[in-house]
Amino acid sequence: MKKKKFLIIFFIFSLTENVFAYSNDPKQFISEVVAEAKTILIESNSNEYKTNKLSEMALRTVDIKGVAFYSLGKYRKNITDEQLKEYLNLFEKYFLKSFTSRLTDYSNPKIEVVSTEVINDNYVMVKSLLIATDQKPEVKIDWRVYTKNPDKPLIRDLIIEGLSLARTQKEAFGSVIESNSGDITKLFITLKKFIAK
Amino acid sequence: MMKKLIYSIFFILLLQNSSVIAGMTGSEDLSKLNSQNQNGTDECFENFSRVMFKFNHALDGAIFKPVAKGYRSLPVPIRKGAGNAVNNLRSLLTLSNNILQGDFKKAGNTAGRFVINTTVGVLGIFDPASYLGLKDEGKEDFGQTMGAWGTDSGCYFVLPILGPTTVRDSIGLVGNVFLDPVYQITHNTEIDNGIIGNSSYSEHNYYYYRTAGSVDFRAKNIESFDSVIENSIDLYASTKSLYLQNRKNQIKNSKSKTETQIDTDWEEIDTD
Repeated sequence: MKKKKFLIIFFIFSLTENVFAYSNDPKQFISEVVAEAKTILIESNSNEYKTNKLSEMALRTVDIKGVAFYSLGKYRKNITDEQLKEYLNLFEKYFLKSFTSRLTDYSNPKIEVVSTEVINDNYVMVKSLLIATDQKPEVKIDWRVYTKNPDKPLIRDLIIEGLSLARTQKEAFGSVIESNSGDITKLFITLKKFIAK
Repeated sequence: MMKKLIYSIFFILLLQNSSVIAGMTGSEDLSKLNSQNQNGTDECFENFSRVMFKFNHALDGAIFKPVAKGYRSLPVPIRKGAGNAVNNLRSLLTLSNNILQGDFKKAGNTAGRFVINTTVGVLGIFDPASYLGLKDEGKEDFGQTMGAWGTDSGCYFVLPILGPTTVRDSIGLVGNVFLDPVYQITHNTEIDNGIIGNSSYSEHNYYYYRTAGSVDFRAKNIESFDSVIENSIDLYASTKSLYLQNRKNQIKNSKSKTETQIDTDWEEIDTD
């Protein structure tokens, strides 16, 4: 009886693990992320539910810390440990809010993962297409996948029709810091305002 | 017209020399480089541009976006036909620039598409050329041509109504007028030979077609614009970044996005 119980618990545990296990092949990984996002978006639940589910997915599949460092550009070299801690905390909230609000606009996105291009040992670009609808044209979306740990690929950037979201974000962050004479705390205030709105 | 052409060429030469001049000056320019964004483009007059940007943004909200929304409520076949017809006319400007860039393969493709779509495709309303294997290879303009010739972008600024640009691209806007056969045909209204110069070919039609193209573009990008507006912490800087990235891609005509995404900054970031 004990053995049976153990087996059931083990079975349930392995199922739960599998729900969050993604392929280590970058193309397959993106296909799975896209499929998961689609499932969340087509479920007829509240926006709050969708936002929570998408946030959980982003925490598992996006290298938020990596994007946070990248977005700071040259300013990441002069940041104190205390400021870094605050920044990473704020960035995660900012990123999740921005990420989920972009996605919840799409009710039933049809994304076709097309091919991959290896940049180097650390990066693979996965190419996909957002299929055109009556309202919107076809959009090319490339995913910069960080593959340094080959067992756990993570998304670092989305390149939409050749336009990098991470680079755009980095330049916006840089502009806020520069227009405040290099004061990084002004960026924190701006991020807090964005999170609160 | 000759004077304008000489004036434009003079400016192009000036721009091509500007990067050399920048390299010859001392540490002041090095500090200036640090204030450039990653696309390597400095601001011409940021305060003025930010004011113009706000003005354009307000104008977009009051006029362009509502018009684009109205246009999008039209039935799909009408919008698609109008978009195709405008793109077909616009391809003549692309053809001129394909030739100027020495890209005769693309020029052949553009010319073939224009002939097929204008005839079989009923004045460009339909796109049978795509079905025949002549795919749309993208638009070209004189700013891109100057970029392909190696002209530096010059500094960045925002024009009222016309939006983000650089010194090179603003000269390109003037060049486009000279190179666009649609403008040349409609502009010469004094020549009345039965084809050119009658009321169907008068200059205002050129502006109609350009406006229709802008409305079609805006209508196709309502959500994308909204997303950028909603999610940016500095909309001016985000728009500048997107504009410069887009122009770089257009000039490179790269099929491979990785080629335009070389970014050493990523290599430094190790979160393992």
